[in-house]
Amino acid sequence: MSAGGSDNLPWWVTGLLLPAINVGLALAVSALVILAIGEDPLGALGSMLRGALGTGEGIGYTLYYATSLIFTALAVAIAFHGGLFNIGGEGQAYIGGLGVGLVLLSLPGWPWWAALPLSVLGGAAFGALWAAIPGWLQAYRGSHIVITTIMFNFIASSLMVYLMVNVLIKPGQMSPESEAFSASLFLPMMADMMAGIGIEMAASPLNFSLFLALLACVAVWAFIWHTRWGFALRATGANENAALYAGIDPKRVIVVTMALSGALAGLLGVNELHGVQHRLMLNFPAGLGFTGIAVALMGRNHPAGIIPAALLFGALYQGGTELVFDYPTISRELVVVIQGVVILFAGALEHMFRPALVRLFSRRPVAASKPAGA
Amino acid sequence: MSAAPSSASPAWAVELVGIDKRFGPVHANRDVTLRFAPSSIHGLVGENGAGKSTLMSILYGFYEADAGEILVRGKQVDIRTPQDAIRLGIGMVHQHFMLVETFTVLENLLLGHEGGPVLGPAMARARTEVQALEQQFGLEVPLDALVCDLPVGVQQRVEILKALYRGADVLILDEPTAVLSPPEVEQLFRILERLRQQGRTVLLITHKLKEIMAITDRVSVLRRGQVVAEFVTAETDRQALADAMVGRKTSLSVDKAPAKPGPVLLAAQNLNVVDARGVTTLKDACLTVRAGEIVGIAGVAGNGQSELLEVLSGMCRFVSGTVTLKGEDIGPATQYDAADARRRGVAHVPEDRLKLAVIKDFPAHESAILGYHQDKSLSKGWRLDWKRTIAKTVSLMEQFDVRPPNPNLRTALFSGGNQQKLVMAREMEREPDILLVGQPTRGVDIGAIAFIHRQLVSLRDRGKAILLVSAELDEILALSDRILVMCDGEIVGELSAAEATEGRIGTMMAGIKDSPTAEGVSA
Repeated sequence: MSAGGSDNLPWWVTGLLLPAINVGLALAVSALVILAIGEDPLGALGSMLRGALGTGEGIGYTLYYATSLIFTALAVAIAFHGGLFNIGGEGQAYIGGLGVGLVLLSLPGWPWWAALPLSVLGGAAFGALWAAIPGWLQAYRGSHIVITTIMFNFIASSLMVYLMVNVLIKPGQMSPESEAFSASLFLPMMADMMAGIGIEMAASPLNFSLFLALLACVAVWAFIWHTRWGFALRATGANENAALYAGIDPKRVIVVTMALSGALAGLLGVNELHGVQHRLMLNFPAGLGFTGIAVALMGRNHPAGIIPAALLFGALYQGGTELVFDYPTISRELVVVIQGVVILFAGALEHMFRPALVRLFSRRPVAASKPAGA
Repeated sequence: MSAAPSSASPAWAVELVGIDKRFGPVHANRDVTLRFAPSSIHGLVGENGAGKSTLMSILYGFYEADAGEILVRGKQVDIRTPQDAIRLGIGMVHQHFMLVETFTVLENLLLGHEGGPVLGPAMARARTEVQALEQQFGLEVPLDALVCDLPVGVQQRVEILKALYRGADVLILDEPTAVLSPPEVEQLFRILERLRQQGRTVLLITHKLKEIMAITDRVSVLRRGQVVAEFVTAETDRQALADAMVGRKTSLSVDKAPAKPGPVLLAAQNLNVVDARGVTTLKDACLTVRAGEIVGIAGVAGNGQSELLEVLSGMCRFVSGTVTLKGEDIGPATQYDAADARRRGVAHVPEDRLKLAVIKDFPAHESAILGYHQDKSLSKGWRLDWKRTIAKTVSLMEQFDVRPPNPNLRTALFSGGNQQKLVMAREMEREPDILLVGQPTRGVDIGAIAFIHRQLVSLRDRGKAILLVSAELDEILALSDRILVMCDGEIVGELSAAEATEGRIGTMMAGIKDSPTAEGVSA
């Protein structure tokens, strides 16, 4: 697992051109699909763009989705630098949300700013625990992290259903939701905060958590590249034997890295529950844990790349919702297909065009007497 | 330079004419012209990055040359893939064997030549053909043994046999003796001589000049992608070859004063190490290293030397015995880890540089603090002080002549010798009392070897204890004040520098106890 860059391409090629080609291609394939069901691709694209970025409300939603994606993508990125492929962001976010919910349910009447550190701690601790178990299994028992984190997604999901249906459900109702948190705990909405300083903004679920997400980006950057612990983490990820040689305990680093990764994923609960839903409920991660993997891949596992990638995917989520409204023939599932195609090109097939670009941008031999590419 | 006329008659088995190859900015081969005669062993020497491997990869079809042509038996050919090369009778034995370990020898030989979905008849045919080849070349190999059960020397014979079975007239051997014990090297050379008798051409890539002198007919020297010299082996010597490789006068010997041993700084008593599979890899090891002396450990790779270094450096645990560090006894219950070892003044230059000592994807200045990143002087509060790290790396690079002196360059982009100098610089910078060194000059250019040797001797002269593990007997003999020989996890003998000869160490390495009555029972 290398973070790329081994072929010495200029930064703007890997950082800008390659993602642009990938997204462009994804959109082109999506256009073909839309064409195939007899709709106008350009119109559809326009509708998505308008939906995501054309209105204040749309932008709010886009940023709200991006907030959650930043958390889950940072989770993937930090694990990646430790040499671990954490696919369990979804489950860790789910259990992290449980932590957020339990903290807030136990603090009725507290002001939001006093409760926030505790809810952050609750989400981080629960997410960390949920990720540390597969981490421990990997480090000390050799169970592959990819397998165990996937399994832990399922376990998280079942556990939450059990808890919501049997334990935490608000008595006397059918839907598996807890009681609402007290209103004093709600995180301020961005629109309200902006109104406070005289800026008018359309109402949307975008809330205070966005600042938390940006803070997390800075913290993760500083941690990975500017601390001894980050150095130990990267050394372990790049070469476990060398880490051992350097007096770093790779097993401990693996467990700690997974815990940090889970903690970041767990913060999704702050945005979704503390910020928006204001109660514990089922399925609030809604796949954002998985999409975080694509965001991290596209963002090259660096916070500076993750922020724009999260914005792109946030826009896709929000634009997709608008698209379904505008085009009755385009179903919700087709939007998922479009998102899938973008994930496929930007994430999974990220390296498809890399060799071609390497050939294009590496200095060519001056005195080649044979035609190139023979 | 060639005496034979390059007319239509195939006076040459293979000719490389005007080969030119670039990788981006790197000019790997510049207008290389080499001719290899049939029934000969042709040596190819040069420092790392001189272009030997690239040239052979072009001949074997891994790369295509940008310019130039290849002639096989006088006919111009186009080699685009290894399959083309094999069809033309060119075979290659790689430094790292290309064998399926869980297959038998015969299955490995058949691989790629099955000739149909049912293996039975092809196997039977292959068996008779291979047996004929074994007879012809004196290559004995147990055909039904699993490859993973065979010693490396025999695995190498399997590789040679594989090439011959594919019809190789020209055999390229890339650093074939790197993993062999001295007796195995002897056996290999007998096989190569047999190949020469039978009219085959052998191209021998090696950095061991002694072997070049021992077996080749002609030798070509590459430097910076060019052929800088070609010799008839009988008319040259090692010094001339070394000078041609480096491009200036070099010194092959190490000047050192007699050791002035001080107190014992490092000792081990009956040290035992058991690996994850339950195999005892280090058996009852006892040794002492005094201040101001270099103790050399000779042995064929894989006979417990790595475990010895790892256990003394705190990287792996021992199950029984005692280690004494500067007078302090440490038992199995009170073992130190690698970080502890450094704090106690034990520095470690490991055998496998890329696997352990540096991180390829890190910039040089990050590799330059590996193991010392906890050092308070490199931190400012909670964060690592990169400015200071970089400044420190620059000064290390200056002291140890690391080229290019660029602390931000990725570690992988330095040559082996420069990576090694960086590691040596890092480990020697804090003036450790005890230095554990494994294979200090493996894959290191001749020019850098002399430098590294001088550094080790000067550390010794500053009163430090050095334990040196090397598979190069020459190096052990040149540097050590005392020599221990390891075989099969045990220390089988000790010789003082004065009484040590290559022959005596060689027999001990093969597991034959050094006593006048010992019979020739090889392990």
